[in-house]
Amino acid sequence: MLEIKNLHASINEKEILKGINLNIKPGEVHAIMGPNGSGKSTLSSVIAGKEDFEVTEGKILFEGEDIEELAPEERAHKGIFLSFQYPIEIPGVTVTNFIKTAVNQMRKAKGKENLPAKELLQMIREKSAMLDIDQKFLSRSLNEGFSGGEKKRNEIFQMAMLEPKLAILDETDSGLDIDALKIVANGVNQLKSKDKAVLIITHYQRLLEYIVPDFVHVLIDGKIAKTGDINLAFELEEKGYDWIK
Amino acid sequence: MNLKEKITASFTAPENQGEIAKNALFGEKKLAAFNSFKQQDFPTTKNEDWKYTNLKPLLKNNFELFPNKTHTLQEKDIKKYLLIEESSINLVFVNGFFDSNLSTNLQEISEINTLSSIAAKEKSQAEFKQLFETTESIDNCFVNLNNAFLSDGVFINIPKGKAYEPVIQILYLTHGDAEASMFQAKNLVFVGENSQVKIIESHYNLSENKSLTNSFTEIYAGKSALVAYHKIQNDQVNASLIDHTYVHQKSKSEVSLFTLSLGGDLTRNNLVFNHQGEHINSNLYGVSILNKSQHVDNNTLINHQQPNCESNECYKGIYAENSTGVFNGKVYVHREAQKTNAYQQNDNILLDNTATINAKPQLEIFADDVKCSHGCTMGELDNDALFYLKTRGIPENDAKKLLLYAFANEAVENIKIPSLKKSIAHLIDEKLDTLS
Repeated sequence: MLEIKNLHASINEKEILKGINLNIKPGEVHAIMGPNGSGKSTLSSVIAGKEDFEVTEGKILFEGEDIEELAPEERAHKGIFLSFQYPIEIPGVTVTNFIKTAVNQMRKAKGKENLPAKELLQMIREKSAMLDIDQKFLSRSLNEGFSGGEKKRNEIFQMAMLEPKLAILDETDSGLDIDALKIVANGVNQLKSKDKAVLIITHYQRLLEYIVPDFVHVLIDGKIAKTGDINLAFELEEKGYDWIK
Repeated sequence: MNLKEKITASFTAPENQGEIAKNALFGEKKLAAFNSFKQQDFPTTKNEDWKYTNLKPLLKNNFELFPNKTHTLQEKDIKKYLLIEESSINLVFVNGFFDSNLSTNLQEISEINTLSSIAAKEKSQAEFKQLFETTESIDNCFVNLNNAFLSDGVFINIPKGKAYEPVIQILYLTHGDAEASMFQAKNLVFVGENSQVKIIESHYNLSENKSLTNSFTEIYAGKSALVAYHKIQNDQVNASLIDHTYVHQKSKSEVSLFTLSLGGDLTRNNLVFNHQGEHINSNLYGVSILNKSQHVDNNTLINHQQPNCESNECYKGIYAENSTGVFNGKVYVHREAQKTNAYQQNDNILLDNTATINAKPQLEIFADDVKCSHGCTMGELDNDALFYLKTRGIPENDAKKLLLYAFANEAVENIKIPSLKKSIAHLIDEKLDTLS
């Protein structure tokens, strides 16, 4: 589904990603771990198409297609979703209005009509219930004054509504208490299927106890230094990152 | 002949004496205003309050001062200028003269009148004169010009204890035959103790010719009165507007004034709030969205003269393509005005390198037990926010629009009339579509 070949990317002429190779197949869950500043968030931003980063070498293929020239919204239309580490606050736009715009823009890109209001509301009700989101929450301004946990839950709610093929969860576990973590993990697990894939970016193995990855990659200094299974995550938790270098 | 000379000559020209003398109620006032005007000069950029708004090019126009009275407008022509359709009271003026055919629902209502009809009725004259005696005199070049050439205007007088339900829409339409015409507009609003009123005022030039409207509004809010006043400035690019609005508030009254500036060439808003009692609330909200060399200057002054009063000011500006915005917000807290709460916020987004904003928050505080805050921001659209929206499949243009709309909405959400809020949202939406 996602093939990353020798990816180099820089920002302001500083190279952050230094030759990444990654192959994610439908149905798989991958986790990328690594110390601060190793390039984890850069990788997720580059896959989602953030223009601040320049891809200097290598390729990103999504379902066999080179997506380098595609704008972030076009990548979203193809089925790539990024759950932000720090979701942006947008005062004046309610969660409901925002999700309605996003869902209908996705449909428009696929040549579909807007989702009838009744169906949309039904879908919102189901997905928000799954994530234990209060209905009142939906009429608040997007992320404005949300707690860390509410922001993350809102990200997963959007993911549930947009039903992406590839979900990238960038530090989704940070700022979550154990109950919220379980709810979020449960939400992600419900979306897993044999034709969808998940890429989890995290510092800690905590989340990986609830969303079990098929592969764990260790990113150090812009390169994948080691790949293994869930046991690698446990090992990292115990020993830290130093032994890999 | 410069404009001032032309104005002077027009006022004294024998053929215009009939028009000037016609309105007996103002006869004396007109002459006095004219005499004061003669002593004054139009402000230039050397004047601190006009530093960022240069009137020189505008005042070079050879304005016709006595516009034609006749017109062929019909009800269907003006529908699109009315912002709410429900049972509002619509007052329509054409070239400065009240038009009873285009106006609606007026005959039965004694609280809402025109200055000309007051002047025509002997019975109402005395009452009016009495009220008029209580108005503050303002010695300002544009106000004097307005008083000197005034032909008609709105007179609203809501008695004690009346929550006036229908929204009053005041529409000033102009269609000058001359290459450039100047029009005067006047609104005099008295709101009695414990009374409420909601008003929308707008100006539209319907011709291809240039226009300058010189508008003067006085609002007297009685004890515990509630006033919501909305200025909708969405005129053609050949139209300029200079507005002076003076608000006088008695204790416990609340006046909210919303200014939406989307259209026009040069617009200057002068807003003055005077507090004449305690526990007063003054709310000033503004949204300017400009492009194509438009210029809007919001000059506000809140005079906190009494203790325990509050003012809230929130102005939002979006500027593109050679447009210029000016915000000059002065809050003056007098020595007596202890326990004043005054909040001011002015946020601006520049969409490209050709747009300009000049912002000048100005707080002068002479009392020592007050809460005053002011904030002023200038910047561009937040790229991280744009990226966030785009990753949700929202295309760049829609994402930009969504962010700009949300930005403006902080001021718009204070409008209390749902149908008007909806119309304004629609106007903003249309304007945002024209920004590249």
